[in-house]
Amino acid sequence: MGKPIAVTDDTFEAEVIKAKIPALVDFWAPWCSPCRMVAPLVEELATEYEGKVLFAKVDVDENPKMANKYGIMSIPTLLIFKGGNPVSHIVGFRPKSELKKSLDAALG
Amino acid sequence: MPDQEYDVIIIGGGPAGLSAGIYTARARLKSVLIEKMATGGAIVNAGEVENYPGFPKGIGGLELTQQMDEQAKKFGLESIIAEVTELEIKEDKKIIKTSGGDLTAKAVIVASGSERAKLGVPGEDKYMGKGVGYCAVCDGFLYRDKVVAVVGGGNAAINEALELAKFASKVIVIYRRNELRATKIVQERAFATPNMEFMWNTVIEAIEGDDLVRRLRVCNVATDEKSAVDVSGVFVATGSKPNTEFLKGIVPLDETGTVIVNEKMETAVPGILAAGDVRVNSIRQVVSAAGDGAVAAIYAEKYIHEKFKH
Repeated sequence: MGKPIAVTDDTFEAEVIKAKIPALVDFWAPWCSPCRMVAPLVEELATEYEGKVLFAKVDVDENPKMANKYGIMSIPTLLIFKGGNPVSHIVGFRPKSELKKSLDAALG
Repeated sequence: MPDQEYDVIIIGGGPAGLSAGIYTARARLKSVLIEKMATGGAIVNAGEVENYPGFPKGIGGLELTQQMDEQAKKFGLESIIAEVTELEIKEDKKIIKTSGGDLTAKAVIVASGSERAKLGVPGEDKYMGKGVGYCAVCDGFLYRDKVVAVVGGGNAAINEALELAKFASKVIVIYRRNELRATKIVQERAFATPNMEFMWNTVIEAIEGDDLVRRLRVCNVATDEKSAVDVSGVFVATGSKPNTEFLKGIVPLDETGTVIVNEKMETAVPGILAAGDVRVNSIRQVVSAAGDGAVAAIYAEKYIHEKFKH
């Protein structure tokens, strides 16, 4: 149910930039502990916002181009895209309530 | 959440709070742990923990606290994700106001830890996540072949510098004193790292760049000489500040904001105890936090037993 999709340097454009709905992209890496703390929240949100927001994950170790393009210098970073542009930049672990606020703002 | 009554409320889900929870739950006290972010505490950013007894190969900070969490839950510790906004004392009861509603308890164990202190210089907030970092274990590889600075001279700072040195072309440790404070074994590693440099007696005055960090404005406090250092990033590990906002005016704090306790982890207010990094004179280690948690739990139990004949 509403699981985030894994996107890569090659599929980012088609999956995220051209998405018809807002997208939340979780930039992460396997060894990053705060990333592993964020992951379950993103999965819960993916279920709660299913159909309204697209949820994607980018492993920045395997996909340096997208991390570079969006100036990701800390992980986890969550970017919320609307109409192909980042509208919200969330660095580090934040409580779920705060993530929901950012998503609702993007939807509003 | 309606007003829920507990024997013990533990504030904070790091090693101190989780250890306290293991003890209070095993004492069959109705216990709940309130955490504002996620279980783990400050240690999850440290990567490998090498000095917690019983783990000769080391253990990840997150793995260690996840196991403490599992252990506490096994004995019946409840947990809630919410932020504590206020602590009120009403006769013998303590009322904890949170972002998720009010809870009451006979005793409270404050294990809310501390947060990394900011430098408080121009550019720090603007470049947060764009060159200003707080978790080298997470972000180190993003600085591959780049020059990066670390501010601070304690264990946290030097461990961050060592982590970054695996990836960066050069790591510059910027410290306001002329010698490190870190544990000797950590210092030895730092001085043996060829791509690590030290700027002594130096403080940062501003962080500058375009979209990302490009340079630091620094000042040598011994000579008052100002200069610029080109870097792609800066990791701040200068110290920490205790999370005790909600305790102001309720329990005595020292001038740095840490909670004043006796050797039983008791504050001046009966039934309010504190454990771990949040208490005065903490050595800020996982092992001492866990120890504090146990002490606080045992004296919380004693307090409840004597006061409420529980």
